[in-house]
Amino acid sequence: MPQPIALKDPHRETRIYQARSWTAIVIVLVLLGVIVFRYYNLQITQYETYRTQSESNRVKLEPLPPKRGLIYDRNGVLLADNRASFTLSIIRERVRDLDGTLAALGKIIDLSDGELEKFQERLKRRRPYEAVPLHFKLTEAERARLAVDRYRMPGVVVEAQLLRHYPYGQLFSHALGYVGRINEREAQELDESNYRGTFHIGKVGVERYYEEVLHGKVGYQNVETDAHGRVLRVLERFAPTPGANLTLSLDINVQRAAYEALGNRRGAVVAIDPRDGGVLALVSTPGFDANLFVNGISSKDYSELRDSPDVPLFNRAVQGQYPPGSTIKPMMGMAGLMSGLITPDYTVPDPGWYRLPGDSHRYRDWILRIRGTGHAPRVDLNMAIEQSCDTYFYDLGHRMTIDRMHDLLAPFGFGERTGIDTTNERPGVLPSKRWKRLALNQPWYPGETISASIGQGYMLATPLQLADAVSIIAARGVRHVPRLLRAINGEPVPPTLLKPLVTEPAYWDAIDKGMVAVVNSAHGTAKNLSKGIQYQMAGKTGTAQVIGIAQGAVYNEDEVDERHRHHGLFIAFAPVEAPTIAVAIIVENGGGSSAATPIARRVIDTWLLGSSDFEVPDNG
Amino acid sequence: MADYVRQMPHHGSADLARRPSAAQRLHIDVPLLLLLLALTAYGLFVLYSASGQDFGAVVRQGRYYLVAYVVMLLGAQISLQRYARWAPWLYVAGVCVLVAVMLFGVGAKGAQRWLQIGGFRFQPSEIMKLVVPMAVACFLADRTLPPRFLYIAGSLGIVAVPAALILQQPDLGTALLIAASGLFVLFMAGIGWRYIFGAVVAAAASAWPAWMFVLQEYQKQRILTMLNPESDKLGAGWNIIQSKTAIGSGGWAGKGWLMGTQSQLDFLPESHTDFIIAVLAEEFGLRGVLTLLTLYALILWRGFVIGMHAQTSFGRMMAGSLTLTFFVYVFVNMGMVAGLLPVVGVPLPLVSAGGTALVTLMAGFGILMAVSTEKRMVVH
Repeated sequence: MPQPIALKDPHRETRIYQARSWTAIVIVLVLLGVIVFRYYNLQITQYETYRTQSESNRVKLEPLPPKRGLIYDRNGVLLADNRASFTLSIIRERVRDLDGTLAALGKIIDLSDGELEKFQERLKRRRPYEAVPLHFKLTEAERARLAVDRYRMPGVVVEAQLLRHYPYGQLFSHALGYVGRINEREAQELDESNYRGTFHIGKVGVERYYEEVLHGKVGYQNVETDAHGRVLRVLERFAPTPGANLTLSLDINVQRAAYEALGNRRGAVVAIDPRDGGVLALVSTPGFDANLFVNGISSKDYSELRDSPDVPLFNRAVQGQYPPGSTIKPMMGMAGLMSGLITPDYTVPDPGWYRLPGDSHRYRDWILRIRGTGHAPRVDLNMAIEQSCDTYFYDLGHRMTIDRMHDLLAPFGFGERTGIDTTNERPGVLPSKRWKRLALNQPWYPGETISASIGQGYMLATPLQLADAVSIIAARGVRHVPRLLRAINGEPVPPTLLKPLVTEPAYWDAIDKGMVAVVNSAHGTAKNLSKGIQYQMAGKTGTAQVIGIAQGAVYNEDEVDERHRHHGLFIAFAPVEAPTIAVAIIVENGGGSSAATPIARRVIDTWLLGSSDFEVPDNG
Repeated sequence: MADYVRQMPHHGSADLARRPSAAQRLHIDVPLLLLLLALTAYGLFVLYSASGQDFGAVVRQGRYYLVAYVVMLLGAQISLQRYARWAPWLYVAGVCVLVAVMLFGVGAKGAQRWLQIGGFRFQPSEIMKLVVPMAVACFLADRTLPPRFLYIAGSLGIVAVPAALILQQPDLGTALLIAASGLFVLFMAGIGWRYIFGAVVAAAASAWPAWMFVLQEYQKQRILTMLNPESDKLGAGWNIIQSKTAIGSGGWAGKGWLMGTQSQLDFLPESHTDFIIAVLAEEFGLRGVLTLLTLYALILWRGFVIGMHAQTSFGRMMAGSLTLTFFVYVFVNMGMVAGLLPVVGVPLPLVSAGGTALVTLMAGFGILMAVSTEKRMVVH
């Protein structure tokens, strides 16, 4: 290494270093003096003050947890409230013989092994002098029995607590989600100070999404206690700020109509107001009683829910990804119009099947099996939607190619999360060559475009995405982020607009006309819905295959296992002139769209007319 | 120069003429070792009480000590020349690892500080506490001292890169410690007072923009809470209020071992880690605190003495920086628990439970011992 000209002078360096060392020593001594002075000040000068404070910790700081915000539907019906509940808790620090106390308590009230186990877990994570819950929801009789014996058991306390309660249990389980006791992982992530005295936190759904708003801000009070921990007087008090009350766009009547119409079948209904994106109903069946989760669900109840083949904990409305089947056709029609590949008058020959050039494989139209022929010699867009003509869309899809299809369907919200204000939303799949390369590392085959053009194959959508897409058609291209929240503390929350889908009004007219025909024309695939209808409804049926059917084989509904039957789908909006509701319905293994269509009528009737007397056929 | 020294025959030096003692051959500084052992014993004693009389915790900590002492003794065997040769490479490797942490690191509570390799997790910023002063000392050792402006700027650059990387993790406490350890080298190298005062003035002037633009919300919160703990009684203020009560109620003589009501009843948070001094103060009183401070002061004294007797400028600067960094630990921890300084995650050296910081500190003492047992070449 080239040295600078200046020479090192070891003696000078040593001298400088020694001077610096002494300087450092002086500074260190001064700072150590500051520390000594501080500890002297605390331990000698202010000794009396601190000793008094520490002795039996006479002055105690108590957190005052905020009241969790309430949740209402759009009509002001209370969907989630807080109810006083009495909890038997133990302050470990005040108990001499814990096992003895637990045994004595076991004689007064029933304590299950699960409860004791959970209690021991909580005991390990408690804060000092915190009352650790042992048994929830004491009955009147239990409280009376405890009152008699409690004086013999120091450290055992009965506390009144506000607990979340869901008056409608199953009905809103998936729409609202639920709160549960804070677990260890959550405890690490949340603001410790703001959650002192709070034991519950939103776990899923709206309860989770709006946790911050619903929770509020903690308050505290300084209390003087006696040696037994009994409060003698409150010295100072800072009231907590209660959580905000939420008004959701959900309508309990619409929600109930959808829930009851689904009955005991597995499925989902999502209804959206196309004018503002407000979600009117979000149902997934089977549901579960959200109240079970509030205080830690028993392992028996939980394994029952978890292991049920009907997966009741699965929110089909936002998590369920299904092939949209023929319900994709109105959007495909619009994609075709916008691409210029078709016009409303363009026709396609329909022998009942479609063949790719240079390929012998016949892509069958569903009508072939019934009539042995196509829908008509030549089919136009209107008929293709009205009668759900596959051949028309096979041809369109083939000419469009998959990547173009992807780009034109994307504005309807397929293939990505809508951004609804709840948890666990899944994005579905809007396939493209790029997607297949990334997801499966395989090339795209032309036949797959044919499947995709009728919403089969790789294409998957959640019921929410379908409802959102119909809502975009109903609003003629105006796009909103679907929202469950309508107002916070009565203060309306403005809808979130997205970039609209702008195109010719004539194109919207053409799609509307086809969808109106589905419900109202003599050949429409949902024509029995128009019976006694008092408004104009537009819709589109769909059927999604659950298992593949071999070429030439015949699908016979009675022969296949119930779980392998086709899913029935239906999308609709009404009234056509000025739509105020757009719905998407799926009935898992319903056999066909006829399982789903009557549900739409019941839901839309309820929204527009207040009630529905439409008969849902039993066969499902 | 260093290699030249090694080749010198055994004449002209009284120290070398004497047969080296066993301690010297093993590169052990006996006074320092005895002081560290005393502190270790004291620390374990307090830990038993602070951990809620959990003997398992003491055994676990004992194992950490064992590892730390082994690391220290191994560190002492390496010659200073070798440290100086390795310093640039260690520094470059360390900075690379810090960049890796930024890109692939794992973390908790919004801070990305660890690197996970297999099932093993480590915190590279910890190693930098030794590497940064070593790099600066190595950079300056060959120059004429006091360093000229250009070399001061170079040293600042060496300090700034890792400090900035750690600051963005974000880990303000460690970043400041590392910056300090590098700056201590400069200070001990004898940079002019005008630079030091200039820096102090500049720091004061930049406090406002730092507050407005640099500090994270949680850091500001800590400082505000420090200034007025009453403002957040249930959160950050809770710790300080509780620890002050624990310390104050200890009085002169303390409540007795295992008798601290505040600590034994678990009022005190983190009683066995960062806040362990509060347990000590409560149970052993001011007497116990002064005993501890005396031990610390003796260790610091020994560190300064080793520095002043060191043979090379590299050894001198390392000794000075390591000693001062050790002092910073003591001062910041004891100050924060007593409510003098903001709560930054700095453990009480050699007393707080935990392994990572302990090993680093003891590795530092290993280097200090290497400095102390360096071959003498000049007769004083």
